[in-house]
Amino acid sequence: MSVRNRELFGLVVAGLIASVALASVTISRDAEVAASAVTWGALFLALYVVAHVVVRRTVPYADGALLPLTAVLTAFGLASIYRLDPDDGGRQAVWVAVGVGVLAGALIWLRHDYRILESYRYIFGVTAVALLLLPSVPGIGERVNGVRLWVDIGPLQFQPGELAKIFLIVFLAGYLREKREVLAQGRLKDFGPLFVIWGAAMLVIVQTNDLGSALLNFGIFLAMLYVATGRALYVAAGIALFVGGAAVLYNALQHVQDRVTIWLHPWTDERVYCALNGGLEFRQDCASYQLVKSLYSIANGGFGGTGLGEGTFASTDGAELIPYLRTDFIYSAIAQELGLIGAAALLLVYMVFVVRGMRVSLQAQDGFSKLAAAGLTFGFALQTFIIVGGVLRVVPLTGITLPFVSYGGTSIVANFLLLAGLLLISNRANAPR
Amino acid sequence: MNARIGRLTFVALALIGALVVMTTYWQAWAAASLAARQDNAIKRVAEFSIDRGLIFAFHPRKRLARNIEREIDGKTLFFRRYPYGPLAAHVVGYSTVGRSRTGLERSLNDYLTASNANLSTLVDKTLDELRGKPVQGNDVVTNLDLDAQAVALEELGTNCGAVVALDPRSGEVKVMASTPGFDPNLVEESFGEISKITADCTPAAPLLNRGSAGLFVPGSTFKVITASAALESGKYGPQSSFVDPGYCTVYGKRVNNFDTTRPYGTIDLTNALANSVNSVFCKIGLKLGAKQILDTAKQFGFYERPPLETPVDERLPSGLYRGGSLYYPRLDSDVDAGRMAFGQERMLVTPLQMAMVAGAIGFGGKLMEPQVVDRIVAPGGRVIERGRPHLIRRAVSEKTADSVAEMMRLAVERGTGTAAQISGYSVGGKTGTGETGLPGANTTWFIAFAGDDDESPPKLAIAVVLQNQSGTGGTTAAPIARAVMQAILQDTENP
Repeated sequence: MSVRNRELFGLVVAGLIASVALASVTISRDAEVAASAVTWGALFLALYVVAHVVVRRTVPYADGALLPLTAVLTAFGLASIYRLDPDDGGRQAVWVAVGVGVLAGALIWLRHDYRILESYRYIFGVTAVALLLLPSVPGIGERVNGVRLWVDIGPLQFQPGELAKIFLIVFLAGYLREKREVLAQGRLKDFGPLFVIWGAAMLVIVQTNDLGSALLNFGIFLAMLYVATGRALYVAAGIALFVGGAAVLYNALQHVQDRVTIWLHPWTDERVYCALNGGLEFRQDCASYQLVKSLYSIANGGFGGTGLGEGTFASTDGAELIPYLRTDFIYSAIAQELGLIGAAALLLVYMVFVVRGMRVSLQAQDGFSKLAAAGLTFGFALQTFIIVGGVLRVVPLTGITLPFVSYGGTSIVANFLLLAGLLLISNRANAPR
Repeated sequence: MNARIGRLTFVALALIGALVVMTTYWQAWAAASLAARQDNAIKRVAEFSIDRGLIFAFHPRKRLARNIEREIDGKTLFFRRYPYGPLAAHVVGYSTVGRSRTGLERSLNDYLTASNANLSTLVDKTLDELRGKPVQGNDVVTNLDLDAQAVALEELGTNCGAVVALDPRSGEVKVMASTPGFDPNLVEESFGEISKITADCTPAAPLLNRGSAGLFVPGSTFKVITASAALESGKYGPQSSFVDPGYCTVYGKRVNNFDTTRPYGTIDLTNALANSVNSVFCKIGLKLGAKQILDTAKQFGFYERPPLETPVDERLPSGLYRGGSLYYPRLDSDVDAGRMAFGQERMLVTPLQMAMVAGAIGFGGKLMEPQVVDRIVAPGGRVIERGRPHLIRRAVSEKTADSVAEMMRLAVERGTGTAAQISGYSVGGKTGTGETGLPGANTTWFIAFAGDDDESPPKLAIAVVLQNQSGTGGTTAAPIARAVMQAILQDTENP
């Protein structure tokens, strides 16, 4: 079986997973398999078959596992969101369709040689920084939960940080390919760019309060710097700088302090000051309410989970028990309904995606492609770690999305761009010369 | 570059691998402790889809807690109703969505929701789940005597107080009543009405189970322990004689008898207990020292939470308290033993503890574990747990217990506790009046045991406490004890 046929077979499996998941949600809700579940499953498969055809035409030698893995992840996301709110599920489906369109567009546009992007690297770099700071511009930036992540322009609302990540990787791949010999010498004056980017990351934290985004982008930078230069010293210095900077900001920024306190001590035995109502409350009833409720949700899943559609997310009167369930906390919804088996399966899909992405990087022949593929894949893994780790109390909780699963248009589109990048690089690496 | 990409792959996979490990931690390792947390609304709400086990009284076999089914969003949920309202509210507790759980509803939640680690329960539950039926919880049968419980609440009336009655031979708790009470049916939707409850004491604290979590000055009921310590020490016998001047001198200060106008003159220990003569016990206390008396108290269960099936934090240990916490003196001189010997000096006790004391004295010194649950029954009717009499320890020797029991019988026969006499039964008791120095603010007590005759072990032991009284234990608490004891004895004779 050829690579492309294997891809098609994988997509059919993903389509079956989506259909079964949607059907079990409708069974739980109405005690019957709604015809719509089958229709939606078929549409889901049709959408990815379209993507497959585009891939077959534009990047015929690309890795055959990445697209089916993406399909499985979006199936997880669609089923979970549909189960929580059918209307949002519909909207998410539209966004997945848009994402496939963007994927097709990018593949068609760059099918001959994506490396033309390298010459625009500084434009990408500047755009990335601008996008990151956009939410802090007065008038269009919107503050949610004390964090500036969103931008409102007219009717359009989006999270520029998601796109900034992709742009930053393109910039870094180009820049590091050019400067890596010089940087590899490890002279003190070459630490300049390190400081510049570190300063930018700190600025992002100060301006937007967005710890997660800063950690993600700085982590991608360090990873790519290491791959380019092979100097572990840069990584150590970078980590030290970030931790040092974060420690200083910890003392200066109340928001960062709150996040860390919630992370370290989500439960209190005594009532502490609660900023939400100005009174004294247990922290689990106030500041760490979200995190604690999400942990309860995960724990309630146990080994096998409650079953799709059978989980408890609302009180008996219908009031939501966990805020931001569809976005930041989608993992705790999945972990409750699918249990340890389902959650581990989801994480395994991410792991396989990472392995395939890194394989693309290994196969690529030129420095720009290698760096870009490694950066895109590591960014994908690190983002998964930061958000799921936040939900699981491994790291402080920050509001970034779970790739391909969380509810949200910008995130879906940005991750389809990431997929497009990996497919383009893979195609070039495997194409017969 | 490829070696570095390989290393980076390893780091990326390790990050996601850590997530698998942590998910396992929360879902397998920490799940039980998270499920037990009171603020775990997810678990609590999820458990409303379980056909929760019922809770029964022992006699008559009535449902104290039952379920009503309600369809919400296509799911069948089971909400609690308490047909007898306030009657056994403190022991049974409540199970609500918004205000969590208390009482047996909380401590036996695992049984009531069929999540106890019992193989047959696990099999039944799994079968229910596979069939798509609601999981059925296990039923709980308590030892409570509903008639006597009603008498106790009626007798307590508008007073703040508590009644605890148990069978000293088995430890079965027949009555645990506390006033002011509350209607558990109001907790979920009309909690405001409960917080508005006022009573003859402040705070009214209607949710507090005064029977096991109310701390009161024991007053003269503590003399039962001092007398036991005196006999156990070998320094005194029931006939040891004392001269009562009407007061006792501690640290140069006079401590008066209840009635200073009529000193008893020469009196033996038996009569001193029957007539509750402070000066005698004050002298014994000074002679034995605080620690020896407290060690005897420990034998009766002081300084530990009395075992019972209700939640741990709804039971408090008895003993000396200082600054709100339990305190055991390092040296005898740290405590005024003379005043402690007749139940003052920061000594605080629960009615449950004092019922255990009376029971152990009546039952030859044997302290039995109190049990308010008779059995737990699986949906099919099979008994999966049954309460069996369990000896905590021998608190005092049989000889000591019998002597003190004789003193207590004398108190009811012709001492301070005559109001507790029941014709046809042998009753031994001890009154207590904890003085606060303010008029109408005494804490009054009566503790007693009752049996068919002087020789056979008593059928029940009781402790009654009342707050903010102007009378004495003999006039206020003893009649209540009598009424409740009669109700229980009547039920045991004609079941």
